[in-house]
Amino acid sequence: MSLLSIQGVWKNYHDHSVLRGIDLEVAPHEVVCLIGASGSGKSTLLRCVNLLESIDDGAVYLDGTEITDVRTDPDDVRKRIGMVFQSYNLFPHMTVLENVTLAPRKVHKTPAAKAEAEAMELLARFGLEGKAKEYPDRLSGGQQQRVAVVRSLATQPRLLLLDEVTSALDPTLVMEVLGVIRELKAAGMTMIIATHEMGFARDIADTVCFLEGGVLLEHGPPEQIFTAPENPRTREFLRRVLESGRL
Amino acid sequence: MTEGETGTDAPEESGGTGTSARRTKSEHQIRREAELHKRSRRSTSIATASTIVVAVVLIVGVTASPGWPTVQDKFFNPSQFADGLPDVLRGFLLNIKIFLIAEPIVLVLALAVALVRTLRSPVFFPLRAIAVFYTDVFRGIPTILLIYLVGFGVPALQLQGAPNDPVTLGIIALILSYGAYVAEVFRSGIESIHPSQRAAARSLALTHGQTMRYVVVPQAVRRVIPPLLNDFASLQKDSALVAVLGPLEALRQASIHSSLAFNYTPYLSAALLFIVLTVPMARFTDHLAARAARRQLAGGHV
Repeated sequence: MSLLSIQGVWKNYHDHSVLRGIDLEVAPHEVVCLIGASGSGKSTLLRCVNLLESIDDGAVYLDGTEITDVRTDPDDVRKRIGMVFQSYNLFPHMTVLENVTLAPRKVHKTPAAKAEAEAMELLARFGLEGKAKEYPDRLSGGQQQRVAVVRSLATQPRLLLLDEVTSALDPTLVMEVLGVIRELKAAGMTMIIATHEMGFARDIADTVCFLEGGVLLEHGPPEQIFTAPENPRTREFLRRVLESGRL
Repeated sequence: MTEGETGTDAPEESGGTGTSARRTKSEHQIRREAELHKRSRRSTSIATASTIVVAVVLIVGVTASPGWPTVQDKFFNPSQFADGLPDVLRGFLLNIKIFLIAEPIVLVLALAVALVRTLRSPVFFPLRAIAVFYTDVFRGIPTILLIYLVGFGVPALQLQGAPNDPVTLGIIALILSYGAYVAEVFRSGIESIHPSQRAAARSLALTHGQTMRYVVVPQAVRRVIPPLLNDFASLQKDSALVAVLGPLEALRQASIHSSLAFNYTPYLSAALLFIVLTVPMARFTDHLAARAARRQLAGGHV
């Protein structure tokens, strides 16, 4: 059974539709990469999945129950889904450790000592144990983004949503964040990744989805999408990516 | 000073490539620093000279004016000053009491009003409407008018248990007036926090209340401390408006003394006391603003 099932999802802003009937199944431990130009609906789709945006039609199921049902408590859904943002969005008035332990302590009611021990373990796993007492603005972009990943992992989510997590980083820092995502895949984390890093998507994805104008035009294993795309629009997009030297 | 600091900060940024080992400065840099040193000495002497000129012109200009002897007698009379000061000072203690009671209550009331205005659920519509009505009305009424209305209106209602002590009524009027101002300060602080902070907090399954409590309000409060202290300096001064209800605070004492001797010097003593109180507050505000600016420019200054 799918861990996440997106069925015919529409999202409108005023009279403009940014998602036009998206269908997508995500199996446990599967890594799905969403590719497509800016404005194609990748980020909106992720925001709809953890209910930061309401949808205008269709349904989203997590572990077989509909989370877009109006009677669902969004906080219950978000407890099971982690999200990492393009601009990190760490809380600047809290130390790294406080950032990571906030949700375990306040939402999951984990005792402070236990939450801190678990947070330190996670930080150590991603080479950040020395930064626990630092404030985010003392860290490099790559370090901040790794802290953001740790913060979203601290509540042990079933599913992780990554929204262009390397887009704000300079090329030398991209690798350290991608390394973290590779490690998460090895540990069996289910992820949906919106990305402009085609080489990375090709390397890590089980399924690649190409979005354009709010429509999921084509999806399949990376070899197929990147070497033998069926849809002419996908071919056009990849040709332009290739020309800009991003593949 | 700023130039010197940027000079030493820059190599550390690149980390690894730039070793911070001491090296001898080039001729070019030595000449540049000598020129900067010369310039800073020159601007210090210019500042000193212009200060002296302005001070002399002011003093001579005022004391040489034809009415100065009368003004000196009526406003700067040493014996009147000594005579009135003890009573004005005693009255000033009441001013201090008034704003010390008012300030914490203003903070709590204002934050509550600002938070109520962030609630989106239709359940809270009545509360939200009250908050909007409150800020609109009480920001619109001049403080002195509000003091008259509360000070004479509430006792006239003859309600059982309603306060009729003028100091209490004055404090209530000040709280109502400043609560509305400070609520808007808090609201602007809350709205200045980027929505992405809220999105991050909600994505961690924090509730609206938890998001406000742990993420938005702590950042917002830090951001509005300078304007907040500004409003408090203003509240400290406006504690003198309670004089219209009759309690013997600094302004009232000064006016009693001044009418006895037909001399305005007691007003000057009252003014001095208010200045003594607000100047440290102003410097403290400057200090906080400068610290905030330094933090934001942690990467280097322009």
